Amino acid sequence: MADWPDRIFEALQGADVRQIAYVPDAGHKRLIERARADGDMHAVSLTTEMEGPAVLAGAWLGGQRGALLMQSSGVGNCPNMLSTTQTCRFPLLMLVTMRGEFGEFNPWQLSMGQAAAPMLEMMGTRIFRLDDADDAGTVTAAAAAMAFEGQMSVAVLIGQRLIGTKNFRK
Amino acid sequence: MTNRANTFEIRRLAVAKRLLSENPDALFIAGLGATVWDLTAAGDRHSTFPLWGAMGGAAAMGLGLALAQPEKRVIVVTGDGEQLMGLGALATVAVQRPANLSVVVFDNESYGETGMQATHTAAGVDLAGVARAAGFPTIVTAVTEDALDDALAAVSTGKGPVFAWLKVRAEPSPFALPPKDGAWLKDRFRRHLLGPEAVGETA
Repeated sequence: MADWPDRIFEALQGADVRQIAYVPDAGHKRLIERARADGDMHAVSLTTEMEGPAVLAGAWLGGQRGALLMQSSGVGNCPNMLSTTQTCRFPLLMLVTMRGEFGEFNPWQLSMGQAAAPMLEMMGTRIFRLDDADDAGTVTAAAAAMAFEGQMSVAVLIGQRLIGTKNFRK
Repeated sequence: MTNRANTFEIRRLAVAKRLLSENPDALFIAGLGATVWDLTAAGDRHSTFPLWGAMGGAAAMGLGLALAQPEKRVIVVTGDGEQLMGLGALATVAVQRPANLSVVVFDNESYGETGMQATHTAAGVDLAGVARAAGFPTIVTAVTEDALDDALAAVSTGKGPVFAWLKVRAEPSPFALPPKDGAWLKDRFRRHLLGPEAVGETA
């Protein structure tokens, strides 16, 4: 099994992330399992990605750092909430698994896959790409530092080629 | 349109004042928009984070805060329209079961900031029923003033997450505005709760 999700998890631990809010994606399966198994973290399953920036703004108000996990389609559920993130300069670290790009079999994913990055940028989010498994830890750590030290919205877009094409039988 | 909420007994500003005075150490999130004016009119406090936006996000924000501060009572005060936009968040809150979180909905059955259009609660949508079905362990409802004492006691000390559904009169809120600078409001809240170091000041 690929171990890059473990490198991401370790980078989140290193950044003192204590709340992981998520809408599941196959590409985040391992990371969600690690978060749920960790007694020092709150793993918060959401009904919609829109709840994520709000939960993590509350976490920051209370002195905790968090991260939001979702797939690219979920980015489309977030922009109005991201306006609060931007206006209030809440730190927000997002880890977005990309669909609709390399090897996508579902054409209904193509639109949000293409729109995710520009939509995030329009809402004041700095984008990091993660396409090489060897970079997982360092890119996550750099994104976390920018989010929490810069008090801004930062997203790591995890390339579909790295994740692997979805296989429903897996 | 006849509006039954015009004759509800419970007055929102009086409830806002009681919430602040009866919970001096609690942390408050005020949802967009009239509940923000209510809590500001009752007393703009550093321990209140008022939302000028993020409609549908108040309960979710309260959840993140309650998880981060398990020793503090966290009280979300919001309106029926705001909560209807975030019904899913009630399920998210109930699954996390934060014992220190209370969600209080001032339900005037109207979108108060946009011309008093009817919300779904005017047609009978039962927000307490939604919270009950989601799994909130403590649910209180007040339609008349004689039910307020028990409801507000649950908000203050009930085993959370608490959902309090208060039917309030449809009437203009006192248009008392909190500061608008969100970054400053955030730091004001954190400085109050976490100390000057939390906003980069030396102690």
